Amino acid sequence: MRAFTYERATSATEAIRAVTRPGARFISGGTNLIDLMKLDIERPEHLVDISRLPLQGIEELRDGGLRVGAQASNSRLAAHPLVRARYPVLTQAIVAGASGQLRNKASVGGNLLQRTRCPYFYYDGPAGCNKRAPGSGCSAIDGFNRNHAILGASDACIATHPSDMAVALAVLDADVELLGPNEAERTVSIADLYAAPGDTPQIETILQPGEMITAVRLPPAPPGRQKYRKVRDRASFEFALVSVAAIVDVQRETIASVRVAFGGVAHKPWRAYEAEELMIGRRATVATFELAAEAVMGEAIGRGHNDFKIELAKRILCRTLAHLTELT
Amino acid sequence: MHISIEFVVNGQSTPLALDPRTTLLDALREHLHLTGTKKGCDHGQCGACTILINGQRMNSCLTFAVMHDGDDIVTIEGVGTPEHLHAMQSAFLEHDGFQCGYCTPGQICSAVGMLDEVRAGWPSHVTADVSTAAIELTDAELRERMSGNVCRCAAYPNIIAAIRAATEGVGAHA
Repeated sequence: MRAFTYERATSATEAIRAVTRPGARFISGGTNLIDLMKLDIERPEHLVDISRLPLQGIEELRDGGLRVGAQASNSRLAAHPLVRARYPVLTQAIVAGASGQLRNKASVGGNLLQRTRCPYFYYDGPAGCNKRAPGSGCSAIDGFNRNHAILGASDACIATHPSDMAVALAVLDADVELLGPNEAERTVSIADLYAAPGDTPQIETILQPGEMITAVRLPPAPPGRQKYRKVRDRASFEFALVSVAAIVDVQRETIASVRVAFGGVAHKPWRAYEAEELMIGRRATVATFELAAEAVMGEAIGRGHNDFKIELAKRILCRTLAHLTELT
Repeated sequence: MHISIEFVVNGQSTPLALDPRTTLLDALREHLHLTGTKKGCDHGQCGACTILINGQRMNSCLTFAVMHDGDDIVTIEGVGTPEHLHAMQSAFLEHDGFQCGYCTPGQICSAVGMLDEVRAGWPSHVTADVSTAAIELTDAELRERMSGNVCRCAAYPNIIAAIRAATEGVGAHA
């Protein structure tokens, strides 16, 4: 591993000031960053440790929502009584990811900012990867692309975002609170956090240099039942091939409100707004769910090995919604 | 440039001056010669390096030692001693919960941390209703909660039997 210098910040403002020097990076749980440093993919010259900043609280908001400090661990968020009671889809998504040891270490902010698990980015040094070495090409498009994106991808990159937690946050309409240089605060919707790969897949989020995620804010839970369903190659400790987070409210056999988002299919959690619109006001039947599945996957593009994901995503959506509306 | 830190390892205050690149795993093994903690994959995938940091199980390979100034660290050497085995260690002996033994320190530290998580009522991926505070500690729950510890001898049936034996009084089921 390359040498770096290290400091621990005692306040967010101080951390942001420290991270403005060239080659500096924040480190929190480190479960993704250190892994990538060992592989010489991440090469920070200076690490600013933000893991002990007082951003660990999980507190109920006056409007009935929840504010989660970015330095809370994945485990603590998943186990929080209010999350389990009001946002079970979030608990289900978090405990569907990684292992107990990793969830204890990894922070909420770091989970959102973790890098892709595309093997050409992660392991295969000599192969081209526009995310790792911009301009070197995408080896996945004509290579082994079983785990890759079917929505939102570009000719420069077909990598997926690996987070389960982010998929639940997308369906819960979470906001992400950011703090930048000169105390500049702003809030972005989770829907706007991730940048489309386009020609610049190395730019993964809308975060500006020096900006830090300080919290994730959940609005009050919408009415209806919630579910996170994940399909993967192993029963546990494996990234999603396809996952679905869904919240649906049925009144008198009619869908009053519904939200769905997919994981494992794009560079970000893929919220299916059009499919949601299509379902509202219709009867909660398999035919309705199939209509929605066709709508969202109509624009999907397979790259060969990952063609199966299109059909898989449709079936998982239908199964999940059928389960939530007690059709099965 | 070395950085001076001090943490508590197995109850003993331990000062160290380390290159910031030193993982907690390497600090324990190479600097403190506590070689019970094993290096398997060194990438957080196998769990052989699992230790308890401030009471929680974590992969010591994926964290830098300098990030743990002031922390309370327990390794397999601190879980029990040959004269005074921890109940989990006795259970692994009793149920032959290993073959080659390389993953065993990580399995035992992980199991000890895991049972504390169950006592705290934390749900898992196989918990049917995550809103419940009472976890029924089935074998499916044990397998899911231990999935971060790989055993390439595949001694899993006996590992589960050992942990099951050590779970007396833990969870809603027992």
